[in-house]
Amino acid sequence: MNYFLTEEQQMIKELAAKVADEKIRPIAHECDEKEEFPAEIVKVLGQADLYRVCIPEEYEGLGGGVFEMCLVVEELSRACGGIALAYAASGLGIIPIILFGTEEQKKKYLPRLASGEIIAAFALTEPDAGSDAGAIKTTATPEGDSYIINGTKQWISNGGDASIYTVITLTDPTRGPRGSSAILVEKGTPGFEFGKKEEKMGIRGNATRELIFQNCKVPKTNILAKEGMGFMVAMKTFDQSRPGVASQAIGIAQGALDEAARYSTERHQFGKPISSFQAIRFMLADMATQIEAARALTLQVARSIDAGEKNIAKVSSMTKVFASDVAMKVTTDAVQILGGYGYMREYPVEKMMRDAKITQIYEGTNQIQREVIGMNLIKETLRKKK
Amino acid sequence: MNIVVCIKQVPDTTDVKINPENNTLIREGVASIINPFDAYAIEEGVRLKEKYGGMVNVLSMGPPQVDASLREAVSLGMDEAYLLTDRTFAGADTLATAYTLAAGIKKIGNVDIILMGRQAIDGDTGQVGPEVAENLEIPHVTDIRKIEQIDEQGNIYLERMLEEGYVRLKAKLPVVITVVKEINEPRLPSLKGKMLAKKKEIHTWSAKDVEVNEKRLGLSGSPTQVVKIFTPPKPEGGKIFDGDIKGSVRNVLQELRASGILAGSEKGDE
Repeated sequence: MNYFLTEEQQMIKELAAKVADEKIRPIAHECDEKEEFPAEIVKVLGQADLYRVCIPEEYEGLGGGVFEMCLVVEELSRACGGIALAYAASGLGIIPIILFGTEEQKKKYLPRLASGEIIAAFALTEPDAGSDAGAIKTTATPEGDSYIINGTKQWISNGGDASIYTVITLTDPTRGPRGSSAILVEKGTPGFEFGKKEEKMGIRGNATRELIFQNCKVPKTNILAKEGMGFMVAMKTFDQSRPGVASQAIGIAQGALDEAARYSTERHQFGKPISSFQAIRFMLADMATQIEAARALTLQVARSIDAGEKNIAKVSSMTKVFASDVAMKVTTDAVQILGGYGYMREYPVEKMMRDAKITQIYEGTNQIQREVIGMNLIKETLRKKK
Repeated sequence: MNIVVCIKQVPDTTDVKINPENNTLIREGVASIINPFDAYAIEEGVRLKEKYGGMVNVLSMGPPQVDASLREAVSLGMDEAYLLTDRTFAGADTLATAYTLAAGIKKIGNVDIILMGRQAIDGDTGQVGPEVAENLEIPHVTDIRKIEQIDEQGNIYLERMLEEGYVRLKAKLPVVITVVKEINEPRLPSLKGKMLAKKKEIHTWSAKDVEVNEKRLGLSGSPTQVVKIFTPPKPEGGKIFDGDIKGSVRNVLQELRASGILAGSEKGDE
């Protein structure tokens, strides 16, 4: 379908597709098997200028927005949803710096993030604080010109590989979420260590680690926005990043559909290609329809975010819920179409099914997303009644 | 260091179709790409510039649509792009092509290294590189798999690929170098490069813009003419010798002698 891309957007999409097909797909299987993060891909993405895409021009970016980020994430995820996270999760770490960073913070980090010299990460989740993000325990105690950070963050994508982390902490634990603050912490800061590397079901081409803070001292100038605004920073960041997760899901689903459709024309049973059977064709038709619907929703929401529309939480959540559920369904059906072959690790679709699952879980479970959509909907309804 | 990379635009397929009437390739409906061997030359040119500084420019001869390939080369790191295009250049064999390219290189001027792929995937001759060097009266080295270094005295140290192993060479600049695919892994274009390439002015030269003798251009300057292009017929028939091994071998040998392929007598057969 024609999404009316500008010449520049078309160029971005094509180059991301080239990187995906020529550099990512050939190593996707191996990175999954070995659970290895391919550092060389960060170099390739950097050389291709893809990290520049959604960074403002004054910080050596190309000045794109959420829309362009979605174009890149979908193309990369088509080849591997895990390796694509080296891009997407860095985006999640970059967004709060763009939205809330001071001129000095932006100048310090964005040009290096734009070139791909370093990547970023975002840390909110803790062992006892997932959907209930307000239950975080990591503290950043003010002390003179510094904060002293203590606590553990869990399941952080790009953990260990990223050089700069946006960490959501409590600067005033007595005030709960209203006492939270977003603080930038550089890798290598004394008192900041990495815990175990998680063994995961999918997205195994990306390292997920614990971040451990023990009396980690950072200057007060590392705060994003103001003290007490940590959750606002997190929520505004997620509003912009969720379409990216949606695009990751769409890319994974598209990759699975491409495999299933091709296989259906090559696999013969009862003397015919299985694509000649209505049972298969209808499955493929539903898969393609759902993917296109998810893409249309996601790109349209991305456009409206970039156009500066306010109150985007509801539609932003919709993209993630819808696209990730589509990805789970489509990849499961792709495995079904490939049958026994689909279940084998030698064929690519079982990995896609494993990779798809995380998109329903991270950056806010789909249950939380539905809460966001539902609450906003009721709020709007009540406002209309008045 | 001033480098010129010569590229050729070729059809993006190995399944080429031939027009039987004029013995030329049918290019309609076939996408064009930079000759893959030339892509390695482009990459090597960019790497040499990164290491030694200077300029790395790209040159091609062909119809106006070669513009697209030259822009792609710019997106990969070429500084300036030159296109030699003129009706009188059409129908050139390797001799006329090399003559024309050499004229373009002379016009660019002050060139230290001329890089190109070892051969084009459509013509497969591998002649243009050495012929350009002859036209410029400078040395050439072919099938280079590594450029080791260039010293201050203007010597370049290279590794030339052989069927088994390689040979190390030293040459004096300026030099024409043709490269093999083992030399590097070409990078992908960058977005900035692509955006730059879109706006880049391609310097376009016709026969009048370069110093040439018109008689040596295009079809009239080409002593080689393609008389016929054909797909070799598949061998038909054949004869199967089966049964016991000794008897079959004896029968094969007899048959070969009878048809004059094999000389000698039957004496040693056993």
